[in-house]
Amino acid sequence: MRVHFTVNGRPQEADDVWEGESLLYVLRERLGLPGSKNACEQGECGSCTVRLDGVPVCACLVAAGQAEGREVVTVEGLAEYAGQRSGDGPPRAGGTHSQAGEDTRLAPVQQAFVDAGAVQCGFCTPGLLVAADELLERNPMPADADIREALSGNLCRCTGYEKIMDAVRLAAARQSEGT
Amino acid sequence: MDFLRPASWEEALAAKAEHPTAVPIAGGTDVMVEINFDHRRPEYLLDLNRVGDLYEWEVGEDRVRLGASVPYTRIMEDLRAELPALALASHTVASPQIRNRGSVGGNLGTASPAGDAHPALLAAGAEVEAESVRGSRRIPVDDFYTGVKRNALAPDELIRAVHVRRADGPQQYAKVGTRNAMVIAVCAFGLALHPATRTVRTGIGSAAPTPVRATVAEDFLNAALEEGGFWDDGQAVTPSVARRFAELCAAACDPIDDVRGTAGYRRHAVGVLARRTLNWAWEEYRGARRGTEGAA
Repeated sequence: MRVHFTVNGRPQEADDVWEGESLLYVLRERLGLPGSKNACEQGECGSCTVRLDGVPVCACLVAAGQAEGREVVTVEGLAEYAGQRSGDGPPRAGGTHSQAGEDTRLAPVQQAFVDAGAVQCGFCTPGLLVAADELLERNPMPADADIREALSGNLCRCTGYEKIMDAVRLAAARQSEGT
Repeated sequence: MDFLRPASWEEALAAKAEHPTAVPIAGGTDVMVEINFDHRRPEYLLDLNRVGDLYEWEVGEDRVRLGASVPYTRIMEDLRAELPALALASHTVASPQIRNRGSVGGNLGTASPAGDAHPALLAAGAEVEAESVRGSRRIPVDDFYTGVKRNALAPDELIRAVHVRRADGPQQYAKVGTRNAMVIAVCAFGLALHPATRTVRTGIGSAAPTPVRATVAEDFLNAALEEGGFWDDGQAVTPSVARRFAELCAAACDPIDDVRGTAGYRRHAVGVLARRTLNWAWEEYRGARRGTEGAA
């Protein structure tokens, strides 16, 4: 079957989609967006977290046909999405530790992950970024318990959770300072 | 495989009548796991995401009519006062991502003995609104679970809503697992005080082939509370009554050994949860009584 939906603000169309296929498979294998990671395929790990009409979901548990006509935001579109939300364009990659190229734009939460050293192997990072960005949109000053709950569906097998907590606290603090 | 996309409830019923083997999919948190792991290859997937009515709820005088697809996130955020046990149960479901998609209708459709909503529905009192092109019927939730992952639905029926009794007293829910998120219950327990009828109802999850009520324990407790005048004078539940209630709740279990826990552990843990939830709920009832008397 053919599926049409919007990904990161751009209309997309996928052909020859199998009826039992997941949104995650379509994003990665048909649309060339491998940012959302494929790990457990049962909603346990959160590494495929995307926004579906604004709501954080596991893309592996959404049937591709259910995304018809809807809006999806993946980690690839996070900088633009966060930029639109804050009313200005996405910020340029800054931070002295950033390995990003000159033209790469990062969402504030991505920059905070870089600056806090919250990335180890990096596999869980895209899902964590999407979930953390949604938390900061909903709750600009989260308590530690709020952060833990918001990220409770995202597993980091490197167990780098403390630095991830640091990164979300840093992003929240920067957001409240308006930097 | 065919992907059926009804735009309305009537179309969904017609599709289910025409294709009784069609597997309904809403949040996908159970169905997609089975498909991803090749455990299931349904001939037809019946997508219910476009049926808007299923995402709505109405708070009536005695009951809440909860649309089958209302996500757990909405229940925990918007129905905590009306459905306290179900709101607590909803909060124990998996993770935010899963709670944003999963629903009580899906929990009932899957009818796993470990489904988080079931003990809360059994304790509160609920009816499942099932419908087909032949008509609509209400199935008491006590009669809905017929076996491991089996329910009372006919092949052409879909779950439209769940009618849950509004809380008339304190309710509690507790679940045993290895962490606070992403856990399938080792066992779970729901308890509701119904001061209006001076009864207590229970629900046990993940400790029998189906979710069950501990009816012998309820009968014992109802009689003990009535005979002792507990509802009137608001005294604390005596330890011997709580202990006996816990023993009878444990005895209502028919658990198995599996990767999550042994039968013996489950029986023991259900007894502990029964005693705790009774004490929490009863203390809340006593507190509310004292508040009322203080105001009078």
